Amino acid sequence: MTELTRRTAAELAALMAAGETSAVEVAQAHLDRIAAVDGRIEAFLHTDPEGVLEQARAVDARRAAGEELGPLAGVPIAHKDVFTTRDMPTTAGSKILEGWRPPYDATVTARLRAAGLVILGKTNLDEFAMGSSTENSAYGPTRNPWDTSRIPGGSSGGSSAAVAAYEAPLATGTDTGGSIRQPASVTGIVGAKPTYGGSSRYGLIAFASSLDTPGPFARTVLDAALLHEAFSGHDPMDATSIDRPVPPVVEAARRAEIAGLRVGVVREFAGDGYQAGVTARFDEAVELLESLGAKVVEVSCPHFEYALPAYYLIAPSECSSNLARFDAMRYGLRIGDDGSRSAEEVMALTRAEGFGPEVKRRIMLGTYALSSGYYDAYYGKAQQVRTLITRDFEAAFEQVDVLVSPTTPTTAFPIGERADDPMAMYLADLCTIPSNLAGNAAISVPCGLADEDGLPVGLQIMAPPLADDRVYRVAAAVERALESRWNGPLLAKAPEL
Amino acid sequence: MSAITRDEVAHLARLSRLALGEDELDHLAAQLDVIISAVARVQEVTAEDIPPTSHALPLTNVYRPDEVRPSLSPEEALAGAPAAEDQRFRVPRILGEEA
Repeated sequence: MTELTRRTAAELAALMAAGETSAVEVAQAHLDRIAAVDGRIEAFLHTDPEGVLEQARAVDARRAAGEELGPLAGVPIAHKDVFTTRDMPTTAGSKILEGWRPPYDATVTARLRAAGLVILGKTNLDEFAMGSSTENSAYGPTRNPWDTSRIPGGSSGGSSAAVAAYEAPLATGTDTGGSIRQPASVTGIVGAKPTYGGSSRYGLIAFASSLDTPGPFARTVLDAALLHEAFSGHDPMDATSIDRPVPPVVEAARRAEIAGLRVGVVREFAGDGYQAGVTARFDEAVELLESLGAKVVEVSCPHFEYALPAYYLIAPSECSSNLARFDAMRYGLRIGDDGSRSAEEVMALTRAEGFGPEVKRRIMLGTYALSSGYYDAYYGKAQQVRTLITRDFEAAFEQVDVLVSPTTPTTAFPIGERADDPMAMYLADLCTIPSNLAGNAAISVPCGLADEDGLPVGLQIMAPPLADDRVYRVAAAVERALESRWNGPLLAKAPEL
Repeated sequence: MSAITRDEVAHLARLSRLALGEDELDHLAAQLDVIISAVARVQEVTAEDIPPTSHALPLTNVYRPDEVRPSLSPEEALAGAPAAEDQRFRVPRILGEEA
């Protein structure tokens, strides 16, 4: 039998349902894999083997009792450490929350538990999800399983690395400017950003509330869709949650049929700054879509070139406001409270000590953009650009059903290369940011390896808000065609760890 | 010309409640200058009469029924507090000595 850790979530669920393996066996196989490789990958910030086996035993007991279980019951999952968990520490990758145990579960956490998923542990991330490399974690970087001297993407880099390294078949992530799609792309796996409001933000430690979107990581499109359905849907605890049925993404992933679909190639996402190997794989993917019966046209979205500057005003503005809650008074770190200092002095000392450089940069940038005298020229203008980008999408989606682009302009870069050059780091999210600003659905699916470095390249597929099923349908068609060409998944080409 | 002066950066640090050292301020001032110059590109866009978007969803004022529901106990709410006393958060002094 194939090793359990190489199985997809759908396969594991079927094996467990058929009684050929148990949740405990599956959990143990993944715990063993984590013990064997995570010293080199460092995807996890927290694991609790005994707690994991306890969750698995509970699922096996429910199954033995004849209970009706969900389609992912007993499947292990790695959980991004930005979602609150009652029984595990939650740090958001920050020193300011070191050792914090939240008093409540995030809605996403609660739904994973209700679906019988077995939470293996909490994964590393750029501090407060701010970054594209996971180097901004206060707990050290995570490494890319394809080449451990390179970044696994970010901010959800612990989750992408865990799935790519077969430490977990599934993982959660959050995508504010590309933090699921970019790490999925550079580790050769699937990552989806649902429509904004399609998945709950309750208990997700806030970075930029108008953009933050929980979403799935998996090694196959179908697995991503199964996880998407398991935790999405209306949540009365999140006022921006959409009160509509979850789009039928699992059915779409199974259907994988795109004959007659109209596909738009975004003209603005090419040229300077795009690695040759990324462009080559992307162009081939577009030809593949045509060969599968799609009608491909070029589409212009003239304001997309202003998406990056608009995002780096809007996201920091929201972050400067959201992170004001870390005040050293109610939870988390407190520094310098020796009786001689005022609350305000303690607050400023704690924040200076507890936040890392990227978080400080963004808080200060946001404070600047929102301050009187600059508001209209920066934050106000960025909000108008956001309208224009949304209109560009609306105009494009009158002509085509989906838009495609490379997920990120380059493959995984070496750890350290962009660490002290914020603007270079920000470019990693060039192609993913517009979908966050407009709130639409998007996915990244592997489309090959770049010739110059042998590292994974991702294809991004974007669809209008609430058309999440469409991005899964196209991604599944691409996956099916490429896997038949490659004789298996792209990840099979990754070096053994 | 710099987009932002070091004095302005020091002021932003105070507004942000970040007690930064001199070296950190120097480093951040240079980086913020680069970033602000780059993001200022939004000003190139002609956007007169374009309404601002603060949010991707067309939602306004979502309400729920005002019902009494169970919430955290004082012990749970205080479990992560740096300091607590008599079921309350204990904080450093907020007012000056003379107040």
